[in-house]
Amino acid sequence: MTGTRNTVHAWLLVLPACVLLAAFTHIPIIATFIHSFYSSPKPRRPSRFVGFDNYEAMLADPIFWKSLWNNLLYAGVSVPVSIALALAMALFVNGKLRGQGVLRLAYFTPTVLPMIAVANIWLFFYNPQYGLVDQLLKPFGVIGVNWLGSQGTALWCLIVVGIWKEAGFFMIFYLAALQQISTELRECAAIEGATRWTFFWRVSFPLLMPTTLFVMINAVINAFRLVDHIFVMTGGGPDNATSVLLYQIYVVGFKFFDQAYAATLTIVLLLILGVIAIGQFLLADKRVHYQ
Amino acid sequence: MSMVNNKGMASKVVETIAAWMLGLLWMLPLLFAIWTAIHPSAYVAKFDLLAPITAQNFITAWESAPFARYFLNTMLLVTGILLAQFVLCTLAAFAFARFEFKGRDTLFMLVLVQLMVAPDVLLLENYITIRRLGLVDTLPAIALPYLASAFGIFLLRQTFKAIPKDFEEAARIEGCSTLGVLWRVYVPLGKPIYLAYGLVLVSFHWNNFLWPLIITNSVTTRPLTVGLAIFASVDQGIDWSIICAATLMTSGPLLIAFLLFQRQFVQSFMQAGIK
Amino acid sequence: MAVAAGFASTTASAADVEVRMYFPVAVGGPVTKIIDDYAAGFEKENPGIKIKPIYAGDYQQTVAKVLTAIKGGDTPETAILLAADLFLLTDEDAVVPMDDFVKTADDTAWMNTFYPAFMENAKLKGKTYAIPFQRSTPVLYWNKDAFKAAGLNPEKGPATWAEMRDMAKKLTKKDASGATTQWGVQIPSDGNTAWLFTGITTGAGARLTNADGNKVAFDDPKVIESVQGWYNLSKVDGVQPSGLISWGATPRDFLEGKAAMIWHTTGNLTNIKTNAKFGFGVSYLPGIRQNGAPTGGGNFYIFKGVPKVKQEAAFKFIKWMTTPARAAEWSVKTGYVATSAAAYDTPEMKAYTASFPQAIVARDQLKFAVSELTTHENQRVAKVFNDALQSIMTGARPAEAALKDAQREGERILKDFK
Repeated sequence: MTGTRNTVHAWLLVLPACVLLAAFTHIPIIATFIHSFYSSPKPRRPSRFVGFDNYEAMLADPIFWKSLWNNLLYAGVSVPVSIALALAMALFVNGKLRGQGVLRLAYFTPTVLPMIAVANIWLFFYNPQYGLVDQLLKPFGVIGVNWLGSQGTALWCLIVVGIWKEAGFFMIFYLAALQQISTELRECAAIEGATRWTFFWRVSFPLLMPTTLFVMINAVINAFRLVDHIFVMTGGGPDNATSVLLYQIYVVGFKFFDQAYAATLTIVLLLILGVIAIGQFLLADKRVHYQ
Repeated sequence: MSMVNNKGMASKVVETIAAWMLGLLWMLPLLFAIWTAIHPSAYVAKFDLLAPITAQNFITAWESAPFARYFLNTMLLVTGILLAQFVLCTLAAFAFARFEFKGRDTLFMLVLVQLMVAPDVLLLENYITIRRLGLVDTLPAIALPYLASAFGIFLLRQTFKAIPKDFEEAARIEGCSTLGVLWRVYVPLGKPIYLAYGLVLVSFHWNNFLWPLIITNSVTTRPLTVGLAIFASVDQGIDWSIICAATLMTSGPLLIAFLLFQRQFVQSFMQAGIK
Repeated sequence: MAVAAGFASTTASAADVEVRMYFPVAVGGPVTKIIDDYAAGFEKENPGIKIKPIYAGDYQQTVAKVLTAIKGGDTPETAILLAADLFLLTDEDAVVPMDDFVKTADDTAWMNTFYPAFMENAKLKGKTYAIPFQRSTPVLYWNKDAFKAAGLNPEKGPATWAEMRDMAKKLTKKDASGATTQWGVQIPSDGNTAWLFTGITTGAGARLTNADGNKVAFDDPKVIESVQGWYNLSKVDGVQPSGLISWGATPRDFLEGKAAMIWHTTGNLTNIKTNAKFGFGVSYLPGIRQNGAPTGGGNFYIFKGVPKVKQEAAFKFIKWMTTPARAAEWSVKTGYVATSAAAYDTPEMKAYTASFPQAIVARDQLKFAVSELTTHENQRVAKVFNDALQSIMTGARPAEAALKDAQREGERILKDFK
């Protein structure tokens, strides 16, 4: 449809959504960028231009580097593992196993529970003296490990919680996609003597690529966005071992009231998200055909 | 022949066991929370099967914080966001899918930015915006940054694009206006997507925590998630039984809804054909 | 709510002065009911003033809410905030001195009734900015049954750090598989590690900061000695769990018999009294060289930028809330330390402490108490210190190096405030 009347119609249709998106996404991004070059406003010292000072301070801040590293580690581990698990779950539930419906429910349940709520339960689990993890691992000789109170284990514990929370959600997407792979294809393959494993690798997996890409985008976004469990379980500790970028932004912005530094940290987070977005876009272009 | 069958059987058994172990592992936290919530505090660390069952934890939890108000806030919030998003995203997606206008593709790319950059990431700036609007500590303030969703627009645009043009042409011949076409043709045909997306939306916003935490101050606006976090942060030490009870109370509705609607939930995803 | 329902005469009129008070507790629960009752009681005696409590969560959440309200142009009249927030509030130019409202001799007398230990971090440059309301200090709780089982006198707690360590060795029990079933002692180290740690450093004879809040002494040899001793409890003596010990979980650990001695706030007294299935004792924190403890908890502040008449009303309310009788009542109901000696002389308090002597331990410890870490940019400085302490307690860094780094960073943050 063309013509000026239609153009006007089109713009009217997109206007409400675009105004809101501009107000809460695009303009804040620009504002954050600008604020990162000024100092934080204080009652006796208003905000003034400081050039790259904030960035220099950030690069010299060991807590920044720790948060960055933690975030990359968190994303780097939880994304592939939760996707792989999601795929396995979908395969389990899809193949006619006994108790399929209950299994699907079991896998998906963590997703509908609020992270802030389940974090409390996991906090209890990880209690070094009578938590469930301790009780389960006792027969294997692993006793009294202070899971959340030790720098070496705290982040991994949170990664486990993150994977547990997300995998079931991605399973649904894989399930939907698997069911679209026509049964004829499967029967053909069976007649040709291909094992289920070969069928999976040669046929299913490639066909699932679009879903994998979609799921991966979601997983990455969530890995940087979901910090609720940090609030409840570790508060960023011990000694920043579980601090990630968004959590640090909260602490700096809303506990220290240091607007400038929070803006600077946010720019880093935005850069990372941007790079990942571009990377995934290029990957999508190469591998997948959309309509 | 029978050898192949046996191999098939064996691998199937292994698979079943693996699937069930994973399922059990996944359910463990919830089962544990239920156990702790229905038994008195004294049994928190012991698994005595004969332990007395009590509802006191739920009662204490309910009385210790205005959960009824929190429930109301959350329901109002989620309903509001649901309706607003449906309207706004439908309109925008329709324009992107079926209209040609200058700058359309660039605009769409810009919209997609929000896919990667959730409003949460821009905490501080969005807080300042809300403050300038004088809306701090109101329910609309929690909803505003989320009312337009790139995800929703993206999904609906794809759905609308897949609907054959004939339907629209038929409606036009009958004299339908643009909005009429949208309402009569596209929206009904997109039902499965709306359902699937709606369920995801409800789940997401019911459980949203960080943004509501910083933008709300009082009981009249606080949603369940923030209420639970405040409730659990006690200076005197944690009472696991009560916290588990409160946790179950706040996640209960969603869980029950999922139990009732899980068939539809999964179906709608399949029908939506999200690829 | 209950306030409106209870008193038919309290319909707000335009002439009423409204005083909003941010209060650091989660909504609901027994404490909010007490505060609501107080508000109603005050209103009854002072028609024309309306008190509006706003319950905002824990101390951190409350101060954040108050500051954002002030920045948003919606300043409240009063709030109970951490005593340690003194410099934060004065640096933000958010509070006014109480001295501005002291008019009569009675007022002056009232301002002088509070325990000096609590007033330490309420004063700045000779002016008083805060009035103590709910203050606490940590104490040592011990499990009398566990003592008896270990062959120790159940009626006597440890008097010194060394004694605590030796007792803990006898109290630590392991089962057949080598897992520890009962730890001798647990001193929580997560969250605001510095608070309990101040108990150890004061006991060693060190001071972490100065009255003006612009100097810190994190790398003082006595401080290093203190953290080393604390760390050694886990690493060398094997009487305390290793890694960070959860503040929130420790009371439950004590009640479950997983720890025979714990350090925790006196505010937990009621909780432990209600739930312990064994007899328990309460004692001063055992020090390395002397007795010492930090104070904690919250004070009343009055905010700037609010009409004078409202500030006066708030001041009236604060005086009403902190009379000896009311301070005694608050202490009995919540477990906080009563803020003045006069409070302990009230008949109600005397009866209570006679039946429950453990309640006076915290008060008696006040003579050895110092203010907790209170500096400019308190959040940042505290975080630097807590991070360092946590890295030491998790064995990630050696004590001296970590504390020297913390000192350097603390000095850097404070250099603008000299």
